[in-house]
Amino acid sequence: MRHYVYILCLAFVVQIPTTMQAAEQQEIEQIKTELLLLKKQYQEKLELLEKRIQQAEKQVKKAQISAQRAENVARTAAAPKQTTAPTSNSDNSFNPAFSVIFSGVYAAYDEDPEEYRIPGMQLGGESGLAAEGFSVEHTELVMSANIDDKFYAKLTYALASEGSEVITELEEAFMETTSLDDGMKVKLGRFYSDVGYLNSKHGHSWDFVDQPLVYRGMIGGNYSDDGVQFSWLAPTDLYTLVGAELMRGDSFPAGGINDDEFGVQTAYLKLGGDWGTDHSWLAGISFWRGDLEARMGGHAHGEESHEEVVHMDDEHAHGAAADSAVFSGDSDMTILELVYKWAPNGNPTDVNLQLQMEYFQRDEDGLVWLEETDPLEMTRYKTDQSGYYLQGVYQFMPQWRVGLRYDRLDIDTIMDGLAGVDEEVLEESGLEPEGNPDRWSLMLDWSNSEYSRFRVQYNRDNSFGITDNQWYFQYIMSMGAHGAHTF
Amino acid sequence: MKQLFLLAILLGFSASTIKAELRVLTCEPEWKSLVEELAGDKVNASSATTGKQDPHRIQARPSLIAKARRADLLICTGADLEAGWLPLLIRKSGNADIQPYAKGYFMATDHVLLMEKPEVLDRSQGDIHAAGNPHVHLDPRRILEIAKALAEKLQALDIDNSTYYQERYQDFELRWNKAIEHWQQKAATLKNKNIITYHRSWIYFQDWLQLNLISTIEAKPGIPPSSGQLAKLIKQSSATEVEVIFHAAYSHAKSAEWLASKTNIPLVTLPYTVGGLDNVNDLFSMFDTSINLLLEATNK
Repeated sequence: MRHYVYILCLAFVVQIPTTMQAAEQQEIEQIKTELLLLKKQYQEKLELLEKRIQQAEKQVKKAQISAQRAENVARTAAAPKQTTAPTSNSDNSFNPAFSVIFSGVYAAYDEDPEEYRIPGMQLGGESGLAAEGFSVEHTELVMSANIDDKFYAKLTYALASEGSEVITELEEAFMETTSLDDGMKVKLGRFYSDVGYLNSKHGHSWDFVDQPLVYRGMIGGNYSDDGVQFSWLAPTDLYTLVGAELMRGDSFPAGGINDDEFGVQTAYLKLGGDWGTDHSWLAGISFWRGDLEARMGGHAHGEESHEEVVHMDDEHAHGAAADSAVFSGDSDMTILELVYKWAPNGNPTDVNLQLQMEYFQRDEDGLVWLEETDPLEMTRYKTDQSGYYLQGVYQFMPQWRVGLRYDRLDIDTIMDGLAGVDEEVLEESGLEPEGNPDRWSLMLDWSNSEYSRFRVQYNRDNSFGITDNQWYFQYIMSMGAHGAHTF
Repeated sequence: MKQLFLLAILLGFSASTIKAELRVLTCEPEWKSLVEELAGDKVNASSATTGKQDPHRIQARPSLIAKARRADLLICTGADLEAGWLPLLIRKSGNADIQPYAKGYFMATDHVLLMEKPEVLDRSQGDIHAAGNPHVHLDPRRILEIAKALAEKLQALDIDNSTYYQERYQDFELRWNKAIEHWQQKAATLKNKNIITYHRSWIYFQDWLQLNLISTIEAKPGIPPSSGQLAKLIKQSSATEVEVIFHAAYSHAKSAEWLASKTNIPLVTLPYTVGGLDNVNDLFSMFDTSINLLLEATNK
């Protein structure tokens, strides 16, 4: 087109001169004919192009019509004939469902977190405080899928760092049956025990940055071990689940069990239901008993240095000695759980409230000795410990939640008047109770979507006689498969 | 402990011996309504969610696990709508019949074509569903296809009553086709009207009645709108003539109300599903009410 206009202009300019010579006239005629020719050629080309466009349009329309027809045919066709892949409610379209959960925390304390202790309790597992300053917590890799029509399996693998070293932890690796029917299920492998309410929950689904003191003191975070679980769900409208577990007993709060037996046995009963559409509840009682052989204390992460400083000076020794104390004997624990949730019309999208409490009671009876003492310092250890936490988490508008929690522990250890009890050894082991540890926690979190969450938390912690103000900022991000909305 | 255990077993026996009817658990109330249309009193159906609950968001509550435990047939939407809780519910139920693709497992979206299957699966696009948009029950033509497949499922599960289910399906098909025709005639004036919805829950409804979706209040599925998104919507709705804003009874109404008040566009709360509004008790009244409400709003 542009050429055409250009030539037209050129022709016009050429026509302007008033003194026209014959030769020029001829030239003009020639140009005119050339122009006409060009015009004709362009017109032809344009027509051709127009035709092509029309054809293309026709084809598009044809395609649309045939697509519409195909759709109509597909719609009216019977279901089995359908060619599209079936969709389902699997955790993900991929097999297995895969997700990675990132978490990091910034922590600030008045007291040195390395000195944290609960006097009267042997701390172990993951009961240490998050490191001061900013640090990446566990990074969890989760994979799960149905193995076949009869089995399901799940792997939870955690990456964490200890100084410059990266450590890995097999949190869960289990298989479970899906088709025993009549509500029966068997689970085999390594898994989080189903005792209590929070024990089976991974860190990223907690409502606070840290575990309640009862979990920190008596369980060491979560009790995960190798074993087998049997459970049966009753065919009643009232949710009634009974279960029992036989565990190897290798991990805290068990530890060092004989290889040829199940050192820990648990049993639990859980009931639950709804009141109308707005309220739902869960209540449970769990029993945990272990025949422990040489349970070691010590925190799993970043707490190694303690063992070296045991005898440095009195104050340090007092704080850290519990790590070098070893316990053998019977441990019996009973856990009560109560959970209540409210949402208007049962729709938690805008606002909802969750109240929960757990009560722990534990008896331990056996021997405690201090490692690397010569002659061996040993004592009878008999203790009756209990504790509870109460918490409420309220979502006051979409994305925003606020939570309040109160923790308390009561530790009653026989310090004298019982044969074999050596008060001094107990003191040195850090197993002498000091008052009643308690703690208040306040948290606020914001979730952009179901997959991302930021949280700030303040703790007023009285675990060991000194009030410690603890501040946390935490992020939790999960990518991959859709997380499960557990009750 | 022991007494409780025995009690539970006794209750279990008494419950499993009276098995005259099929126990059906549906994830959403629209499927409860559909199965009742197709099976009448041969089924004892209950729905895991009500019309006032967001089916994306609920939890695998103990009461639902207990119901799943005894279900002979599980009817859900599928296509990841219930991805947050259904897999867990199925797993915890200890019920072999309702495991994925077992005999008592029925996902509605397995039997119709889905729209909006995302080309790129990336969560930066919000809580999208890999298989496509799952809100298929708002297209009555798709309901009919699902009904057909469900009728076949019922016949296979309960062979004794097979002819009964067949007859009921034929009767339903007749009534439903008549209703579709009636709705289409009635809603003819709605054709090409510009609308704004809260979530992309109505795309099948729009597609059926040829409504013109200008925008959704949520910029991305599952993420509440920011103030920037709301400001953009005000601009957009003044540039194009938006006739009506509508949202589901269960969705976060505040931002929709705010937008409606700023733009003077009528806001309508549609039932979205059976039980979403008080007078909506079945699939027929769900479409009746939705169309009536939209006609009322656009005639003002």
